[in-house]
Formats: sequence, structure tokens, C-alpha cells
Amino acid sequence: MTGENLALQYLLSGITKGSVYAAVAVGFNLIYSATGVLNLAQGEFVMLGGMVAVTLAQYVALPVAVSGAVVIVALTGCLLEILFFRKLDRHSVLHLIIITIGLSIVLQEAALHIWDEKVRSLPYFTGNEVSSVHFLGATISPQVLWVLGTVGVTVLALQGFLHYTLQGRAMRACSSNPEAAMLAGINLRTMRTLAFGLSAGLGALAGCVISPITMTQYEMGTPLAIKGFAGAILGGLGNPMAGVLGGLLVGVLEAASVSRLPAAYNDVAAFAVLLLVLFVRPRGLFGAGNAGSVREG
Amino acid sequence: MKSRGGNPKSEIRNPKEEGGGSGGNQGLRAIGAGAFPFALFALTAIGAEVGMRATGTEYCLTQLTMALYYALVTLGLCLVMGYAGQVSLGHGAFFALGGYTSAVLTTHDVSWLQGGTLAPWLKSARLLVARQDSYGSSLLTVSPWAAFLAAMVLVTAVACLIGYPALRLRGHYLAMATLAFGVIVNKMLLASSLAGAADGINGVPEWHLAGGLTVSGKGLARAQNYYLACAMVLLTVLVLRNLVHSRVGRALQAIHDGETYAAAMGIDTARYKLKVFVLSALLAAMAGVFFTHYTGGISPSEAGAFKSVRYVALATAGGMGNLWGVAVMSTALNYCSLRGWFGSYDNAVFGALLILLVSLAPEGPLKPLGTWLRGLAGKRWVPRPAAGERRAASETTASRAAEGRAGRGAA
Repeated sequence: MTGENLALQYLLSGITKGSVYAAVAVGFNLIYSATGVLNLAQGEFVMLGGMVAVTLAQYVALPVAVSGAVVIVALTGCLLEILFFRKLDRHSVLHLIIITIGLSIVLQEAALHIWDEKVRSLPYFTGNEVSSVHFLGATISPQVLWVLGTVGVTVLALQGFLHYTLQGRAMRACSSNPEAAMLAGINLRTMRTLAFGLSAGLGALAGCVISPITMTQYEMGTPLAIKGFAGAILGGLGNPMAGVLGGLLVGVLEAASVSRLPAAYNDVAAFAVLLLVLFVRPRGLFGAGNAGSVREG
Repeated sequence: MKSRGGNPKSEIRNPKEEGGGSGGNQGLRAIGAGAFPFALFALTAIGAEVGMRATGTEYCLTQLTMALYYALVTLGLCLVMGYAGQVSLGHGAFFALGGYTSAVLTTHDVSWLQGGTLAPWLKSARLLVARQDSYGSSLLTVSPWAAFLAAMVLVTAVACLIGYPALRLRGHYLAMATLAFGVIVNKMLLASSLAGAADGINGVPEWHLAGGLTVSGKGLARAQNYYLACAMVLLTVLVLRNLVHSRVGRALQAIHDGETYAAAMGIDTARYKLKVFVLSALLAAMAGVFFTHYTGGISPSEAGAFKSVRYVALATAGGMGNLWGVAVMSTALNYCSLRGWFGSYDNAVFGALLILLVSLAPEGPLKPLGTWLRGLAGKRWVPRPAAGERRAASETTASRAAEGRAGRGAA
């Protein structure tokens, strides 16, 4: 294999991982825009999506299992919002973020005790472990196409939803000016629940499509949350599409560092670049000058 | 300079309300109320030791001592989070940096210096010590005191380097920057052979502080190490309490309540934040050094993201700005998990407790408990706020509420 092809191979693997980070980053942004809270339990939605789908796939066909998992996890997300964040009005944002840390630990432990510590995976959506597709000289698994396609289509659909439907516009109104949105008759609470549901569902879908490649395990959520958070920050908090780019960038940086540095350093390069970017552009690569400052101020 | 502290001061939340269980009155009463938790803590500490000795469970003191060292880290975070309103997800890394610097220097053999001209001089300055390792071969290593100082200098430098740009970021960006720093430190430790890679470093020698006082994990030294750790926690609370009630503390409060507002008041917000950040990093590193000498080793997991997040969570569960609450909660929860009370449900219990504590008692469990106990003890214990104070209190609530609203994005 020539050097060029190898580089392409690394790039593709980076984009594959990055698209999962992107899905997590979009989830971060959705909830952050609607509530100002960073939901650090975001990675657990990905894990839950994979776990539920693996379990369902034993009884029903794969497409049904995947959609079932997405719906179940989305409902779980809504439920968490209703149970915790709706009630806690007098808590500061920092307190709410800490609660999401607690939720993440509890969800992870619940998964450990419901399922177990074994590594599971969904079957390949098309083909199997050894089937491959040739693409510009690089060899990739068809599942990679599934991951890229699914995440891409979902993110585009989400963008369409946020910009061209009444509900989506109402949601964006909540994030840009909650008080004015309330005066215009938008139910803030419903919107917040919807945001939790959407990002949980998105995470679950990513968890399903990535499951055949990276496997699903109860512990997989935390690293994903960290990388997704990094992607969201890198892009600029509050802007879902910037989060997609940020997530992809984190994935590519990670793959690049794997190709150049010893394996032990695999996260170092990505995070060092992230630190540098933050120091040069404190609001991320595409962050607006004052977006979110009302909330954080 | 003085005009800065004039009027605005009354607007700023009274730091006393956050400190210990003090009722917020001046004069003797405040001193009495301020000293009360110290005495209570000391009595509880002595009571625990005596009780354990009586029941023959002295071995539990080891975990209690470790939990007390961890509490130092949480106390430092308490200052950063509760008073300066910043989140650091990198304090585990500072703890590890302190511990590792000390461990590397005190275990790394530098006998190749032996023939050089510097060696006798360094030895007479007690910077280097000749000793024997557990296999009996003789080593020339840096003395623990010198290693401690080196760790402090290194962590100050690193904290300034990370803090200077990072503290100009606000809110969640700072959290990310410190988290990234923590991950980088963790991975570097894992990859470095000098730091023992995944095994960490073992065989760290004991540290003769002064007199007969030795930081060591030996059974005989268990009680004195326990009291040493208790004394360090008490001293830290005392220092932080005084800091919080000083000009610096009031400036921090102002930053916490609103950074733009504080800056408009003439407070150099970035400088104050940096000072507090470095101070808390030093506390974490100091805890790391003592911990390493006490347990005789350190592993890279100390720098892991989970540890850092756990410190933040413990500081929040203790009430963030409530020094005593944080010290007690952190020690108690860490002790329970170090003793393995909850078995395989350790993390689950921790998560559930965290959710319950933060959602039911965001100011920490000690404050409502204190209020309740005072209510039980009778009216004379409840400090009736004077008219002025009551107004100040309601203003505080109003400003907090406003802050909360702004925080939720509803303002």
C-alpha cells in the first residue's frame, strides 16, 4: 500500500470515529442551546442505544431493533429531563451539570447491572466482518458507509427540522431569547424536553450504527462524552453544525496521531490541538462573538 | 484603591454566610461560632481514632488518612468553584503531578553524580540523601524535602502556564481546557517509562518531616500520620476561611456573582482567578506529595478524568462554597469507597448520592442540618437577623435567584 493510500485510510477511519463524536457534539449543542446545561451524560445515550439494540436484535429484525432502540432511548432522555431538570428551578447551571455527571455514573452502573461487562455488538448491517468496499484506493468496510450515511442524513434532517419547521424554529427561538419565546406562546418546558429527547435519540442512533465496528460496552460512554464535548467546544458551543465539524476534526486528529505517534499518546495530540485552538480562539473555531454569553455571564 | 471597596462591598454577598456554620454576627459570637466547627472536627477526629483503637479496627485509619488527603484537593476546588465560580476538571492531574515529581525524584538513583564536584555540596545541603532500597542496594536520591519543593515549583509553573490563558476563557470553555490538560497529563504518565508507565511508581521512601514526625505507611506510624492529615485539613480550612473573609475573598465573591460586574468594579478578575487557581493546584499537589509518601507509591489513574470529575462532584456535593461541608462530605464519601463499603455498587451509590445531594441540598447537607439542629436546640440558638441583615439576606437571595435565572437562560 502506498503512503498516499495509507493516509486516506487513516483519514477515513478518523472520519468514521469523528462522525460519532459529531453526533455526540450535536447532542451537546441541542441541549445546551435549549437549557444552558452541558449534558455530560450524552455519551451514555450512545452506549444505551447500542445495548438496547443488541438486546432487541435477538427477538426482532435489525431495522426494527435499531428504530426501537432509538425510540426507547429518546423516551429515556425525555423522562430524565422531566424527572430532574424540570423540577430544579432554583439550581444554578453548575449544579445541573454536576447532576448530569451523577446521571452518567448511574446510567453506566445500571447498564453494568442490567447487562454485564461483556463486549457486544450488532451484526453488520450489510455484508460481514470481511467484506470490503474499495474507495479511491482505500479499503473500507461497508459499515463505514452506513455510519457516514446515517449520521450525515440525520444531521441534515436535524438542520432542516431546526430551520424549516415550526417546532424547530420554536426551539431555536428558545435558545436565542427564552423570555421573548415564552411571550410568543412557546412552551419552554416542552421545548427542553424535546431537546433532551432529540439528542438522546441522535446519540442512540449513532450508538447503533457504530456498534458493529467499535463494539458496545457499558464503559464506552465516558470517552465518547469527552471527545464529543471536545468537538462541541472546538466548533463553538451553541451551533450544532459547527459541532459536526468539530467532532469530525477531533476524529481526524486522533487518527492522524495514531499514525504518527506511539499508541500511548493517541489522545494527546487531539487535546493539545484543542487547547491551542481555545487559547487562540476562546469561543471555538466557529463560535459567535457573544453567543451564550448571556447564559454564562 | 480604597474607593473600590466602599459601596459595592455591601452589594456583594457576605462571605460569612458561606463559611462554616457561623451565624454571620460580628464580634465574639462570630469567633465563637467560627471556632466551634474546628473544635467539633478535632473532637470527632480524636473520637474516631480512640474509637477505632478501642474496637481494634485501627487499620481503618489508613483509609481515613487517605480520604483526608483527598479532601485537601476538594477543599482547593471549593475555593475555585464556590468562591471564584470557575470549574476545573484538571485537579486530579495536579495531584498526580505533585505525587509523581516527588516519587520520581526520591526513587530515581542519581549515584552517577557521586564522582562529580557537586555531590558533596548537595549532600551537605541535604538535597541528596544516600539510602538503601528494599533490596538492600544503596541509592543516592533527592531528599523528600527537596523533592517536595521541586514539586511545588513545578506545579506552580504548570498551573500558571495552563491557568493564564485558560482563565481568560469563561464558563464551559475553562472546564474543557482543564479537562484536556488532565487527559494529556494522564496519557503522558502512561506513556513515560520514567514514570513507570501503567504501573506507576512504587517504593517511595518515607519522609522525615521534623522531630519524630514521619510520613510513612508503616503500622507504627499510623496514628501520627492520621493526626498529621487531620491537622493539615484543619490548617487548610483555617487558611482558606481567612482568605475567603479577606479582600481577596470579597473580590472572588464579586467574580462569582458576575464577572462583568466585578470587572467594572475595578477588580482584576483574571489575576484573582489565576491566583486562586494556582493556590488550589498547589493544595492538590501538596496532597499528592503527602499521599505518595504515605502510600509509598502512585499510579497514573490518579490523573484520570474520572478522578478529576470525582473531585468536582465531591466539592459540589459538599455545598461548593461551604468549606466544612466539603471537607466532611469529601472525607466521608472517599472513606466509604476506599473501605469498599458498597462493594460493586460503589460507583452507583456515589452517582445516586451525588444526584440526591445536589438536587435536594444544593448548598450542601451540613447547612440544612445545622439549621435543623439549631431549631431543635431552641430559639436562642437561632441567630435572629437584624433588620439590615435580613435585607441583605433577601438581596442575596434575589441576586442568587437572578443569577440562577440568568444561568438557566430565562433572563
